Amino acid sequence: MEEFSILIGGEAGQGSRKAGLLLGKILLEWGWQVFIYDDYQSLVRGGHNFSLIRASQKKSLAVDFSLDLLLALDKKTVELHRQKLKEKGILVYSTSKISDVREGLGLPLEKWVKEAGGVSLMENVALVGAAAKILGISWEVVEKVIKEEFGKETEEKNLKVAYLAFGSCKTLLKIPKLKAGRQILLTGNEAISLGLIKAGMNTYFAYPMTPTSGILHFLAEKQKEAGLKVYQLESEIGVVNAALGAGFAGSRAAVGTSGGGFALTTEGLSFAAQAEIPLLIVEGQRTAPATGVPTYTAQSDLFFTLYAGHGDFLRFLIAPGDAQEAAFWAGEALNLAWEYQTPAILLVDKQICESTFTVEEAIFSKIKSRKLVLANNDGEYLRYKNTSSGISPLAFPGEKGKVVKVNGYEHDERGLTVEDAEQVKKMQEKRLRKFQKMKEVVEKLPAVNIGGKKNSQTALVVWGSVKGVGLEVAERRGLKLIQPVVFQPFPEKQMKKALEGVKKVIVAENNALGQLAEILPKYGVKVNSKILKYDGRPFWLKELDEKLGNIGN
Amino acid sequence: MKNLETSAIKTWCPGCGNFGIINALSEAILETEEKIGRENFVLVTGIGCHGKIADYLNITSLYALHGRGIAVATGIKIANPKLKVIVCVGDGDAYDEGMEHLIHAAKRDIPITVLVHNNRVFALTTGQATATSPVGFKGKSTPEGSKERPINPLKLMWAAGAGFIARGYAGKPDHLTFLIKKAIFYPGFAFVDILQPCVAFFNTYEFYNQKTYVLPKTPQDKEVLEKIEEWNYEDGEGKIPLGIFYER
Repeated sequence: MEEFSILIGGEAGQGSRKAGLLLGKILLEWGWQVFIYDDYQSLVRGGHNFSLIRASQKKSLAVDFSLDLLLALDKKTVELHRQKLKEKGILVYSTSKISDVREGLGLPLEKWVKEAGGVSLMENVALVGAAAKILGISWEVVEKVIKEEFGKETEEKNLKVAYLAFGSCKTLLKIPKLKAGRQILLTGNEAISLGLIKAGMNTYFAYPMTPTSGILHFLAEKQKEAGLKVYQLESEIGVVNAALGAGFAGSRAAVGTSGGGFALTTEGLSFAAQAEIPLLIVEGQRTAPATGVPTYTAQSDLFFTLYAGHGDFLRFLIAPGDAQEAAFWAGEALNLAWEYQTPAILLVDKQICESTFTVEEAIFSKIKSRKLVLANNDGEYLRYKNTSSGISPLAFPGEKGKVVKVNGYEHDERGLTVEDAEQVKKMQEKRLRKFQKMKEVVEKLPAVNIGGKKNSQTALVVWGSVKGVGLEVAERRGLKLIQPVVFQPFPEKQMKKALEGVKKVIVAENNALGQLAEILPKYGVKVNSKILKYDGRPFWLKELDEKLGNIGN
Repeated sequence: MKNLETSAIKTWCPGCGNFGIINALSEAILETEEKIGRENFVLVTGIGCHGKIADYLNITSLYALHGRGIAVATGIKIANPKLKVIVCVGDGDAYDEGMEHLIHAAKRDIPITVLVHNNRVFALTTGQATATSPVGFKGKSTPEGSKERPINPLKLMWAAGAGFIARGYAGKPDHLTFLIKKAIFYPGFAFVDILQPCVAFFNTYEFYNQKTYVLPKTPQDKEVLEKIEEWNYEDGEGKIPLGIFYER
């Protein structure tokens, strides 16, 4: 068996997501590569949530609705998903919630929970125990994961519940144990958080907003252990300005939001560029415009993040394609922001932020610190010293003998306000020289990824989270996959190299206007066709494959 | 005072209330820097006539966006609690565009000193009504006179839970120096509303000279609100108390 898919669903509040995560961790322990897509609505109780787990021998970053196992905590799950089961797929459901289903395997989850003295929420753990046995996984693995995932107070009862369920089921779909590597399961939000910590982040500010609230929660939980300061402030405007203050004071600051919050962040973005304060912004896209569909995905903020902020300036704009890339680039982007004293945006989306990925631990050691240009003690300190690189040496408040004047007005080298033509031009040109340096450094980074069949004359060009599904489909169909990761400054040389020998370019993206397809011609890339999806859901494997089939190779 | 000045030429109007404020603030810094250390002072300003103080005082400063001074100061203080962060903002800056930051900074009790240069008019944009302009204020955007009642910022700060609430007057620089020093050493969020005449667009010197008086002592807790409401930023009422209204 090369791969299999499991869907576990229930109402909000029944813990289907937790069950999906437990099962994912159990499968990872059993040596499989795991990817989990979580689908949930903007509500706290009721509705329909599900986790779709794809386990495979080779790394996969996409899902499909071709199910081997359907695990239902409620009736809606059965009704909505039973037709997605493969011919030999198995339906497993809770008999306490569902009485009139004739097919499949009904399990008395409620009874086991009661026997163990648990609460009804624990039916999710019972279902996990049952599924583990159905898949032929050993009890030790289930036990280990439950012990890791639950606190001391609930660990014992959850173990009991799982054990009763495990012991009452038979193995029906045996999956082999594989040799596991040094890998962990992380959501994109967790991966970004860990990447930022690795790059020495000191402070994190945010206002809650899906899909990046997970970063706020994860870091708030970790703050003591990691020596961080994590603050939820009054608004995204407060957030970005506090981060500017922190950066000015020498603290590596990051903020996280979605498109709507980023809209409020933009005046601060412009200030960061003008005042030359390092700042990292994580923008997790969701279905927009306006409130849109808050818990679903999109890639419709590429234009916005490219051009946000008043005035002439460049920012680093980086859009990684999965949790592993997000971990690396979160750290790299924070380091770049500091080396170039400029804002950097990490553009992700709900599909990256809240899906769960198998991540190689080694990725974190690839985040290397960058050298800061720090001021020495010779003469008067000039915050905006007019250097040949355009980068002025840094000093921070509290340093004896140095007056550090930072200014959002146009300013002279000392940081005092100026309005005369000569100085205005001089300082803009200082920043232009810095932008040139930023362009140069991007070409030295892995700013464009290439995959699939590398000598194919047809290229599927994708960005961000479409990378996962794009890569798999490109491999299947023998296409070249090109994934630009850095969007500003745009890696023109790397893109040109990637397109050598390519005669036909097909762009696939999760938006309605074809934003990547729109900007590529600016860099000399001719786009032959576009595949767009804008229903809040990511591309499913079969769907993208079929759409590519229609266009032909 | 010479050693706190930069080479920038002051462009405030002759007689501007900002001169009284810069003198009082400079004096307060000079009198407290032995304890605090010159390098530990950080001045944050917003945008408006008041903001030019960042160019005029030779101390570490951040000249922030309009309305955002307090938010920036919050981040500075969180990042490095050793710094003594003084925020000079205008009334447009603190009571119009940036009011959310003011209220939450008070609620959060972030230990910064907020000095509001309250001239009750947008001056740098040549004379429009702000949140503290009185009813009937004739500005360029309210030629018929403003119909809106002004906000009493002290009352707002009282409601938001500020631990130190004071009012000073640019025309009484010695008293203002005293208030600023008190605010600088207050261990939590300290708020000083400073009445600042604007000779170009809202000249209130005569009005304040006649009406202001210094509170003989900080009121008892149950009298704070009564003292705060003695003057509600309107014209033609009774007396205007100055001093510390509340210190937790």
